[in-house]
Amino acid sequence: MLYFNKKMIKITACLMGLFIGTGIPVLWAESRAVEAGKVLTFDRKKGNCLSCHVIAGGTLMGTTGPPLMMMKLRFPDKEKLYKQVFDARKRNQKTIMPPFGSHAILSKEEVGAVVEYLYTL
Amino acid sequence: MRSLIVNKKTNLGFALYCLLAFSGFAGADAEQGLDYQSMVQRDINDFKAYYKTRFPKIEFSEYKNGVYAIDADSREQWLEMEDFPPYEFAVDEGEALFAVRFANGKTYADCFANGGEGIRQNYPYFDNKKGQVISLELAINDCRETNGEQPLAYKKGPMAALSAYMASTSAGNVFAVAVANKEAYQAYLEGKKFFYAKRGQLNFSCADCHMLVSGQKLRADITGPALGHPTGFPVYRGKWQEMGTLHRRYAGCNKNIRAMPLPLQGRAYRNLEYFQSVMSQGLEINGPSSRK
Ligand code: HEC
Ligand code: HEC
Repeated sequence: MLYFNKKMIKITACLMGLFIGTGIPVLWAESRAVEAGKVLTFDRKKGNCLSCHVIAGGTLMGTTGPPLMMMKLRFPDKEKLYKQVFDARKRNQKTIMPPFGSHAILSKEEVGAVVEYLYTL
Repeated sequence: MRSLIVNKKTNLGFALYCLLAFSGFAGADAEQGLDYQSMVQRDINDFKAYYKTRFPKIEFSEYKNGVYAIDADSREQWLEMEDFPPYEFAVDEGEALFAVRFANGKTYADCFANGGEGIRQNYPYFDNKKGQVISLELAINDCRETNGEQPLAYKKGPMAALSAYMASTSAGNVFAVAVANKEAYQAYLEGKKFFYAKRGQLNFSCADCHMLVSGQKLRADITGPALGHPTGFPVYRGKWQEMGTLHRRYAGCNKNIRAMPLPLQGRAYRNLEYFQSVMSQGLEINGPSSRK
């Protein structure tokens, strides 16, 4: 379960929904995504975002990018945040931030999970 | 938001960096008779000026010391390491290897100018007859092969030891790599292009790490300036626990960004070394040296 899979969670959520009703399973799925997103964000072989960004709770953090905090406030449009992680070149052509989605460093689902996590910062 | 990350200094640096990255390519089909060395000299001046803007307090001569020129913390540890140089053994080994006679009775000294002493600063050079860049390590193997010996591997071991010994007899000599004609300039431009090109899954150029974010932290690592990159090689690196050549390091930096490492001493890396050595003009040879 290291890697968050949207489809899997949807199916699980639906099945759970049958038993518990709506609402709770959605919350549950989201919190799983946040957890998975955090793992991906910190994992050196995956996001390795700490090599450039300061994130609360991280160690050995880089100073190349801006600290990631108050993301909801800075990115009220979640889609924009998703795009920034998926391919930062769209916003800044010369960025040194790797194009995580476009270069398949992270899958679409994984970028989604990272964004869920960022929204809690 | 962006003002959070880039202060004025890096902004200016970035502008210069863009200028550098894109200057010169128009000259790729320049005609014979042009003064290539002075075209290259303009690049050298811009390259130096870039670091002068980034690190105004650092003396030019300091750039022979890699990242330790700009990072006071790791410099102290490094100076301690240099008290008992871990590369000394390789220099001795290289000296012994250098003296060994080939089966045909010749020695390395017969292949090189000045018996191979004090010549490190002239490498790599562009060989007009061969139409390519010749690095010191390639010349060492050329020497072996013309004398009927097997070539050595380029990554470490005896090759690194020979290179270390030849660097040590050149200590204090100043890099003097010239770009004299159109073909040489072409090779130089290829190296330059390689240096500024984005590559690998992580999409980094050498310049991204060694110019733009040089002096900043990537995780726990601080990337050193590219100015002076070749001066201290080969190096004994703590992480390797042994000696390694410049091209070994190139391959390592390529792998780190998930790019295909290229053949050591292949044309691409030799052209890159040519570009980097031209940029290091005026800096002292101080190889071999030790690194974290
Ligand atoms: C090699 C450096 C590097 C890495 C690795 C990196 N970033 Fe970035 N990031 C930057 C830089 C530099 C910026 C500043 C804007 C730009 O240049 O695109 C940035 C900007 C951002 C922003 C916009 C912040 C704002 O307030 O404008 C977000 C969000 C972000 N990064 C998230 C991430 C996430 C999530 C990861 C890992 C999956 C990551 N970054 C990995 C360098 C990096
Ligand atoms: C993602 C960042 C990154 C990229 C891209 C990168 N390097 Fe490096 N490089 C480093 C780090 C970190 C070090 C170790 C610290 C130092 O010495 O700068 C290093 C060290 C080196 C060294 C050794 C310097 C010394 O004095 O020992 C050389 C030479 C070098 N890199 C060349 C290159 C070249 C050429 C490229 C492009 C092909 C490149 N690097 C791309 C991060 C990078």
